[in-house]
Amino acid sequence: MPKREDIKKILIIGSGPIIISQACEFDYSGTQAVKALKEEGYEVVLINSNPATIMTDPEIADKTYIEPITPDILAKVIARERPDALLPTLGGQTGLNVALQVAEMGILEKFGVEMLAADVDIIKKAEGRESFRQAMYNIGLKVPESAIIHEMDQVSAAVTRIGFPIIVRPSFTLGGTGGGVAYNSRELNELCKTGLDLSLNSEVMLERSLLGWKEYELEVMRDKNDNVVIICSIENFDAMGVHTGDSITIAPAQTLTDREYQVMRDASLAIIREIGVETGGSNVQFAVNPADGELMVIEMNPRVSRSSALASKATGFPIAKIAAKLAVGYTLDEIRNDITKETYASFEPSIDYCVVKIPRWTFEKFPEAKDYLTTSMKSVGETMAIGRTFKEAFQKGLRSLEIGCAGFGADKKFSHRDMELG
Amino acid sequence: MKALVALEDGRIFAGRSFTGAGEATGEIVFNTGMTGYQEILTDPSYKGQIVTMTCPLIGNYGVNNEDMESNAVHPAAFLIKEYSKIHSNFRATGNLADFLASRNILGVEGLDTRAITKHTREVGALRGIVSTQDLDPESLIKKARAWPGLVGRDMVSAVTCEAPYGWSEHGPVSGTGFNGSTAGKHKVIALDFGLKYNQLRLLDSRDCQVQVVPAQTSAADIMAMRPDGIFLTNGPGDPAGIPGVVETVRRLLGKKPIFGICLGHQILGLAYGGSTYKLKFGHRGSNQPVKDLTTGKVEITAQNHGFCVDFKSLNPDEVELTHINLNDDSVEGMRHKKYPAFSVQYHPENAPGPHDSLYLFDRFIEMMAKN
Repeated sequence: MPKREDIKKILIIGSGPIIISQACEFDYSGTQAVKALKEEGYEVVLINSNPATIMTDPEIADKTYIEPITPDILAKVIARERPDALLPTLGGQTGLNVALQVAEMGILEKFGVEMLAADVDIIKKAEGRESFRQAMYNIGLKVPESAIIHEMDQVSAAVTRIGFPIIVRPSFTLGGTGGGVAYNSRELNELCKTGLDLSLNSEVMLERSLLGWKEYELEVMRDKNDNVVIICSIENFDAMGVHTGDSITIAPAQTLTDREYQVMRDASLAIIREIGVETGGSNVQFAVNPADGELMVIEMNPRVSRSSALASKATGFPIAKIAAKLAVGYTLDEIRNDITKETYASFEPSIDYCVVKIPRWTFEKFPEAKDYLTTSMKSVGETMAIGRTFKEAFQKGLRSLEIGCAGFGADKKFSHRDMELG
Repeated sequence: MKALVALEDGRIFAGRSFTGAGEATGEIVFNTGMTGYQEILTDPSYKGQIVTMTCPLIGNYGVNNEDMESNAVHPAAFLIKEYSKIHSNFRATGNLADFLASRNILGVEGLDTRAITKHTREVGALRGIVSTQDLDPESLIKKARAWPGLVGRDMVSAVTCEAPYGWSEHGPVSGTGFNGSTAGKHKVIALDFGLKYNQLRLLDSRDCQVQVVPAQTSAADIMAMRPDGIFLTNGPGDPAGIPGVVETVRRLLGKKPIFGICLGHQILGLAYGGSTYKLKFGHRGSNQPVKDLTTGKVEITAQNHGFCVDFKSLNPDEVELTHINLNDDSVEGMRHKKYPAFSVQYHPENAPGPHDSLYLFDRFIEMMAKN
């Protein structure tokens, strides 16, 4: 099917300043998308407050607004530029949140701007904790026992039902900001207070802790003909309880049999369809009980995610570029595969190597931050290494951290005592 | 223990056995699946082949009792980059090294599997030998060349069942008379060319009573069992090398609904009057994109075949092309226009592989319900 001709001008939202959990991954994906859309002959308007990004280089977009990424400013840009469409799924959580806000202000309707890839209902369904839980229930998948609170006096009732330890997750925040694990009432009250403050809609979810469960992620892509493919599976080296952004991760998943992997693949296909992401990429996270294989869905991001950059580089499949082309009407079997040049994007990359991502922390620069890992992300960067064996990739990844580490077991100064928890 | 792999064209690769001593000859093929080594090892279609895995770390999740696709290991040897001595999986009942060693299958690690794969892609699937006993390259190359290869050979007789059996939810039940289950609505005869258990599991779970019969069972004997449908299974080797079965299938055409998979699909192609040819290095893996030409939809499929139906050899008035491979445009599925018969080259029963193509089993059930 050809690309859409009824759209001429597309607005893309960048991800703004670099913060923990939202760094250059979204510059990478946004730049790819802008280039892909320009290649197709669309006029691309970009808004991003961060001039230190590739995507704000003058030759990338047709017009670039270096302005704060807020609903008011975005509304003004829309009023001035009159784009035909808005592509909100490439600028990380910021882009998605702001797009949602301008849609609710009625700006999109007023100026006849179409939201591509995912509309308001889809974003809400995936991001709202209760709607997501209901959606998973509809397709027979399990999510951890939980309760939603909007006020502090709802906390104690929830505790009775769920029991400690409890994971605290504020809704609509970045990288799980303000979230954490509470082992007692004092910790819980503290986390709930900050969580309610930080959440865009003053909503915090309290959830059964799956501490110690195996954690997996799948990167999924769908086109408008409902073709769905899995680009990459990722297994967390650190079990549930440590934020994925703070986990060492490995692609492809290493300890799933085909039977279990296919259950996860089926679940991911069902989730992207149930949530209704029409085109583009999504990221689905699962937890698996190592004792009996019980599977739970943790979350789904209806957009290009932080892991997409890793998955793209791990497999050679340019997720953001393909997502942009799918958004304007192409199907997977019409887009050339960038690796082989001869075949099409409707395939699932199979790799003959291991990819290891290792997070990098700089606690010395954040004296007020506690230097232990929880469900809210604390790393400021990461290294990625490719090797023909896990060991090779792992050692290369460690050396690339530039912290003077020569590799696991290769440092004289390293002692097993360092691994014991203080 | 040091091991050498020698190819008929003189290439030598060095590795280490992780299963003890041994020697084996076969056609060297590669599989690109990133999961499913146990299913691959127990798939009878690999009879006569030495399987190389492109996925570098094998053994991570051990082995278990449920992921058996037959009751034996079929490849002559198993070649990998690195064997993981430690496994981590809740279903594991043992490790891969013991699993192979107890069945006298040679497993070799430390090989440059990428080089083997690239070489195979360039020159095609070659005859080869793996040994820990003979480490003289010249002698090994000679032995590899002396192996007869797969073209024109009947490999099915080595893997088809010796006696008929039925299928219950717990596994095979010997005997005739659909004695595995009694409740199923549709009686299906599976003509066994080297089937995978998941095909029977899927038929059983779709309200079928299944009777598996040896490949050489005659058309008259099959019809005497009064089936509602006939299922032609996958299997190893060259479809043109198996005596009698093409004629059997030809006699069954039009009598009852027929569904063929892999070798069963190739045999149907021959029964329709067509021909088959050997692919350069075949399709083996779990990520082959196939387009259903009737719906335009793409499914990601599991594949394992070295031979292919030549669609040009078929009469387009009688046979319709229904599925093609998006990587190389080869034939992946076809349907007879007059008779209730359809088939696919890939493995809709997966195990290992994606579940995208299960609808084909439903289609077979519908076809039986209509007839």
